[in-house]
Amino acid sequence: MVEPAGTAIESGAPAGGPPRRESRRRLLLRRFLRNRTAVLGVIVVAVLVTFAVVGPSLSPWGVEDVDRGAFLQPPGGSHPFGTTQAGRDMLALTLHGLQRSLVIGFAVALLSTAIAALVGAFAAYYGGWLERVSLWVIDLLLVIPAFLLIALVVGGGGEGGSSTVLLVLLLALFGWMLPARVVRSLTQSIREREYVLAARFMGLSGPRIVFRHILPNIASLLVIDATLNVSGAILAETGLAYFGFGVQPPGTSLGTLLGEGARQLHSFPWLFAGPAVTLVLLILGVNAIGDGLRDALDPGSGASGAVT
Amino acid sequence: MGRYLLRRSLNYALLLLVAVNLSYLLAATQLDPRALYEVSNPPLDPVAIENNLRSRNLSDRVPLGERWLTWASDIALRWDWGESPRGGDVGEEVERRIWVSVRLIALGSVLGAAAGVAIGAWTATRQYGVADRGFTFLALLGLSVPSFVVASVLQVVATWINDTSGVRFFEFVGETGLHGEHFGAALLDRLQHLLLPTVALTLLGAAFFSRIQRNLMLDALGSDFVRTARAKGLTRAAAARRHALRTALIPTATYFAFGVATLFVGSAFMEIIFSFHGMGQYAVSTILGQDVHGAVAVAAFGGVCVLGGALLADLLVVALDPRVRSGRRDGDG
Repeated sequence: MVEPAGTAIESGAPAGGPPRRESRRRLLLRRFLRNRTAVLGVIVVAVLVTFAVVGPSLSPWGVEDVDRGAFLQPPGGSHPFGTTQAGRDMLALTLHGLQRSLVIGFAVALLSTAIAALVGAFAAYYGGWLERVSLWVIDLLLVIPAFLLIALVVGGGGEGGSSTVLLVLLLALFGWMLPARVVRSLTQSIREREYVLAARFMGLSGPRIVFRHILPNIASLLVIDATLNVSGAILAETGLAYFGFGVQPPGTSLGTLLGEGARQLHSFPWLFAGPAVTLVLLILGVNAIGDGLRDALDPGSGASGAVT
Repeated sequence: MGRYLLRRSLNYALLLLVAVNLSYLLAATQLDPRALYEVSNPPLDPVAIENNLRSRNLSDRVPLGERWLTWASDIALRWDWGESPRGGDVGEEVERRIWVSVRLIALGSVLGAAAGVAIGAWTATRQYGVADRGFTFLALLGLSVPSFVVASVLQVVATWINDTSGVRFFEFVGETGLHGEHFGAALLDRLQHLLLPTVALTLLGAAFFSRIQRNLMLDALGSDFVRTARAKGLTRAAAARRHALRTALIPTATYFAFGVATLFVGSAFMEIIFSFHGMGQYAVSTILGQDVHGAVAVAAFGGVCVLGGALLADLLVVALDPRVRSGRRDGDG
């Protein structure tokens, strides 16, 4: 389980010969590819992304199209996922929701991980009042029930919800606190290392040290964190949309579809099944990738059941 | 130790104060109670609407600062959390609903944590075995399926069992239903209604806790003190149970304290799907119903839960960890 840190020597060397040295990137790739669940996750997410991008142009039915000959049709024929009460194609709606989930998931993950990295690293590197203020803001944001306040802002106003950009910003605003605390404690331990001290004594500025010497050394944590934030953000978005918050009527979301489908689940299960399976596959895939990345990048953590 | 807890509590109180006031300002500017009255048919007299809103401190024509002052002083002086736009005291509503939520989540969260800890600790002793791989995959699945999908699927399965067996064994609407007069009928009825939400909460909780507990247990099993215990002649099982598990339970207690506290508002999906009129369902209905005071009360309650969880976590760690009790704390998380 525990591998000697810093060496990039794998045991897969040919017998008798000297151990083959590999670049760190190749080593990580090999560790990742050996994890079957993670590889499956990559395939699932890649397939879903492809569907979301090219699917709408292949399907004869658009999101807004209404098939007047097929109201509430079960799956089959030209509607593989069935149709809704209004005659809209479930597959087109699901793909539309999937696009939205993907965009929001990746945007929120990037944004909140960036905030976490910046706040955590700068707070710990400079210490003093900056650290105290950051910690206090982190605590404050943790105390505020995020789900409720986001729902309040994106769904509270009378004029039919608000834009996706605002939703992304809000989800990111409430998603960085715990990772930032981890970044802070990691930075605290790196701050006094020789290479950081050397950089400081050479006269490098604070921000430069943070960006060039501290953040690259906690990159593995940031990568893992960003991946897991993707699934967190997607779940938060679908959860809000399930209650009808944050989606503007012509558009739709997997959460909206699930919320509507759940009400008629007993009589018309296909209204629920298509979006549900899509959402679960997406989250499962992203989480599997996150686990695989953690095993590859951070073998000491012993996080999931993969062989390291 | 007492001083440390006192200082933390004071800081928590300050945080809570700021958070609640921020929530009020946000709710008062984002929600629009006037819209509720303006859509009514036949149309109401504008003067009557205004009087109605003013009497409940909800009129957007009163300056925000003035409304805030009225709201804050009502709470500070009389512990009056205000009225909802259609009338009805927010404080009473919250008081009643908290117990609904408690009844809904108490059993499920304890069972989920217990099952998760047991599975996690057990699979860690069989790392990479068949059972370990199986449960690890199940945990990944459990963490990836949203709670509303779990609850809805359970409902379908329960309906199917009800229909095929012809006996209405599973109940999934509300807290109580019709029941006979015989002894224990009321209790049995309650338990029947609790069954499905409890199963759902247990599954989700077990997935979450088994993952945490497995990691912690793996760390503990590899540590020196477990090897020492084995060297002194303890069996593998005894060393794992008495030395490794005991240490590995300390951080889980923290997660549990936080998890239970945040579940009050987090169980909104369960409450809506199974028609329990608790705090989570209130959170959603206050926002949809433009209920400024109700939404703020829910936010305040949510904040209290988080802080209660944090304080409970502190206390649990003090109780469980001798190193903390003796005052040797190396860095806080």
